[in-house]
Amino acid sequence: MAAAEPLNTGIGESVTRVEDSRFLRGLGNYVDDIVLPSQSYAVMVRSPHARATINGIDTAAALASDGVLAVLTADDFSAFGGLPCGWQVHSKNGDPMTEPKHPILAEGAVRHVGDPVAVVVAESKAQARRAAGLVDVNYSEGDAVVDLQLAASDGAELVHSDTPSNVCFDWELGDAAATDAAIAAAAHVTRLELVNNRLVPNAMEPRAAIGDYNSANGEHTLYTTSQNPHVIRLLMGAFVLSLPEHKLRVVAPDVGGGFGSKIFHYAEEAIVTVASKLIGRPVKWTADRSESFISDAHGRDHVTTVELALDGDGMFLGLRSTTLANMGAYLSTFAPSVPTYLHGTLLAGTYTTPAIYTNVKGVFTNTVAVDAYRGAGRPEASYLLERVVDLAAIETGIDPVELRRRNFIQPAAFPYDTPVALTYDIGNYQATLDMALENTDAAGFDGRKAASAARGKLRGRGIACYIEACGIAPSNIAGALGARAGLYEAATVRVNPTGSVAVLTGSHSHGQGHETTFAQVVSDTLGIPIENVDIVHGDTGKIPFGMGTYGSRSIAVGGAALSNALDKIVLKGRQIAAHLMEASADDVVFKDGQFSVEGTDKSVGFGDVALTAYVPHNFPLETLEPGLEETAFYDPKNFTYPSGAYVCEVEVDKDTGVIDIVEFHASDDFGNIINPMIVEGQVHGGVAQGVGQALMEGAVYDDNGQLLTGSYMDYCMPRADDLPNVTVSNHVTACTHNPLGVKGCGEAGAIGSPPAVVNAVINALSDYGVKHIDMPVTAHKVWSIMNANGN
Amino acid sequence: MSVNVSITVNGKPVSAEVDDETLLVTFLRDHLRLTGTHVGCDTSQCGACTIHLNGDAVKSCTMLVAQADGCEVATIEGVSDGETLHPMQQAFKDNHGLQCGFCTPGMIMSALDIVKQNASPSEGQVRDALEGNLCRCTGYTNIVRSILAGAKEMEAS
Repeated sequence: MAAAEPLNTGIGESVTRVEDSRFLRGLGNYVDDIVLPSQSYAVMVRSPHARATINGIDTAAALASDGVLAVLTADDFSAFGGLPCGWQVHSKNGDPMTEPKHPILAEGAVRHVGDPVAVVVAESKAQARRAAGLVDVNYSEGDAVVDLQLAASDGAELVHSDTPSNVCFDWELGDAAATDAAIAAAAHVTRLELVNNRLVPNAMEPRAAIGDYNSANGEHTLYTTSQNPHVIRLLMGAFVLSLPEHKLRVVAPDVGGGFGSKIFHYAEEAIVTVASKLIGRPVKWTADRSESFISDAHGRDHVTTVELALDGDGMFLGLRSTTLANMGAYLSTFAPSVPTYLHGTLLAGTYTTPAIYTNVKGVFTNTVAVDAYRGAGRPEASYLLERVVDLAAIETGIDPVELRRRNFIQPAAFPYDTPVALTYDIGNYQATLDMALENTDAAGFDGRKAASAARGKLRGRGIACYIEACGIAPSNIAGALGARAGLYEAATVRVNPTGSVAVLTGSHSHGQGHETTFAQVVSDTLGIPIENVDIVHGDTGKIPFGMGTYGSRSIAVGGAALSNALDKIVLKGRQIAAHLMEASADDVVFKDGQFSVEGTDKSVGFGDVALTAYVPHNFPLETLEPGLEETAFYDPKNFTYPSGAYVCEVEVDKDTGVIDIVEFHASDDFGNIINPMIVEGQVHGGVAQGVGQALMEGAVYDDNGQLLTGSYMDYCMPRADDLPNVTVSNHVTACTHNPLGVKGCGEAGAIGSPPAVVNAVINALSDYGVKHIDMPVTAHKVWSIMNANGN
Repeated sequence: MSVNVSITVNGKPVSAEVDDETLLVTFLRDHLRLTGTHVGCDTSQCGACTIHLNGDAVKSCTMLVAQADGCEVATIEGVSDGETLHPMQQAFKDNHGLQCGFCTPGMIMSALDIVKQNASPSEGQVRDALEGNLCRCTGYTNIVRSILAGAKEMEAS
């Protein structure tokens, strides 16, 4: 047989996305699009107070309202557990973190505005909404604990009366004594206090859930907007509702963005699941956007003091940071891991700082829970590090590029053990920085600055280098650090008799394009076009196991599992082909979709082997089972370490303080790249969220715990005219420990861009002696500074 | 109180008796099962529900279906010719102008309106005209690129 035509759907090709055709025609299938027979509608009754005692709930009027099927309160959930926390950290004295109960519905007290108190189920959403207004909750309001520093201080009111303080954990990492000594002996110490502003993730699709109980077989189905259906099955099934996993199917169909906020197990998922069984009908809940603001987990919210010690040559000697991290009122699913192991372990950045020490206190407040949001701890680490390095450059008079260059971990130094517990396998930080500088004409900056000045604009240029740790791993280390789940991924490759392939992956796509990228890996390995590949994800009823998509793990962990499963397919295929060609399997090679006997013209196509596996008339049945389906579980040896250098140029209007990003270049090292077009899109989106954090986004609570930025009228989401055209470039150092050599790209933009933007603004304002401005760096803040300095 | 409405949706006449509080977006999604029109916010800020009313882009969460009585409504489901994408849809696919796809129908409907107003807009004009549509995935770079490419394609065809 002739060799197959070369394919253009393999690894490295910018294949246009398979999933787009349905999205572009309005044929996506999001949870709120699903209508089940006899479906009813749930509306939550949420606390208007940040902190109150519940004296009683009168549901009579609501129950009597038109179309109402049920009104449920905490009493209806007394048989079930609270929402679990999936990560336990320990304080520096060895004590486990404080872990207050997180009830499904508020039990006797509410702890943040939006805390669910009751749920109304009715024939229509309008009826449920009307009846929700009739649920009469008798509250005694208390003083809310909102300010992070006040909450952590002695004598503060307690968010949970049964916990000894508002401090959930007092965690540390690194060598305190060595860092103290380095700082004491330094030629120069740069100190900086900064805030990492609280963000609302705001995936465009609000969360939704449908519970559907089948009394005929006792099976529950939950449709939910999740990045992580298998973990929802585990957490809700095993820990909350005590449902056996084989009686609980979790479906996360098309999901309209996640950014972390849809990793977690939320109360509404348990509520609709229980309610469906109670009333004997499917129950759908869909959040309004205003409801999302007070019920989706928020991100970031750190207050930090950082010190960087340098010797007379500008070499970093030590770094010490002290951080208060807001947990909100309850521990969301992975909340404790974010400011600790996902933040403290990244504080070496791309530099050879020999001594690092960090202390992080997780603090409860009467606010919405805070958990992982795009980057999760790593943006906070990158921000404090790249801000303090830039400030050190100003203070020492060393050019910020030169200062970074002197301190970079060099390519020959890998694998590199940091003083904060990680081993970076590979990287080339100078290469990405050089690439970013070349692509943004560093030499021409002075001319551009003069031209801007002539137009009444202050031009600034900011640089930030970042590293992130993606694909949390391996499971045994994560477990030792407090993870209560395994962090493997699973993939099944099912070759159909006619040679088409279905991949059952535990990764979940909510915008990342898995249906294309994963199919490219199959196409490349098996030599078949992606039209013949179906990527199945998001349904625990179809896919046996998985751990979902977050932390830029899909291709590095899920893709690696897929690659290993494909290797098993090829291995068995070679054995079948060897039988067909009467050769030894050792002599059979597989290339471009053909199994061939080396040194001969004997060849058999992949499709023929697939058919033989299922029509085993001529098959080595004594040594090989029929069928061609293989599963691989992959538990990574290490994190992957994407890194990069971002350059931002801004113009600040001298009259208004308005900041315009006039250039933004992202130079990244993601290891090998499966689909450059998709990777570029991921960087664009990440940068947009980072620019949003830097310049306009921020969740603001008043002293009573009311969220002042509770809708798109008040929370400033970046729009098309707020953002620059982002340009990208890539330098590749292939990951050394996964079969594809890939690292992960989904969060990089959100990690590298906030310090790049803020460094650029501070640079633009250099004539005003400004050392730091906390994010969001709004026009008003900048205008006020310029005015105060006699502009 | 119920009200009778007669609307032409994607070229097909539709008559129904609905609660007078019914929003146009609810009518399209829940009554007609045209679920491509999405609801992303409750303050008319995000534009995921953008449709065409008598040829103009409007947010279908901002009006009652009763107000559309006697009008022509076009939704995302009526833009393509079956499996064959409209040039603007094709431009979004070719330029990776979408990720999760949730804002995409609203973006396409706005993009078609932008091009209707100005057959060959500049990048700045496109960015300004997208003021009413939020995307959280793409950072808009590729959406703007898609609309510019789609405009060119539409002008050529």
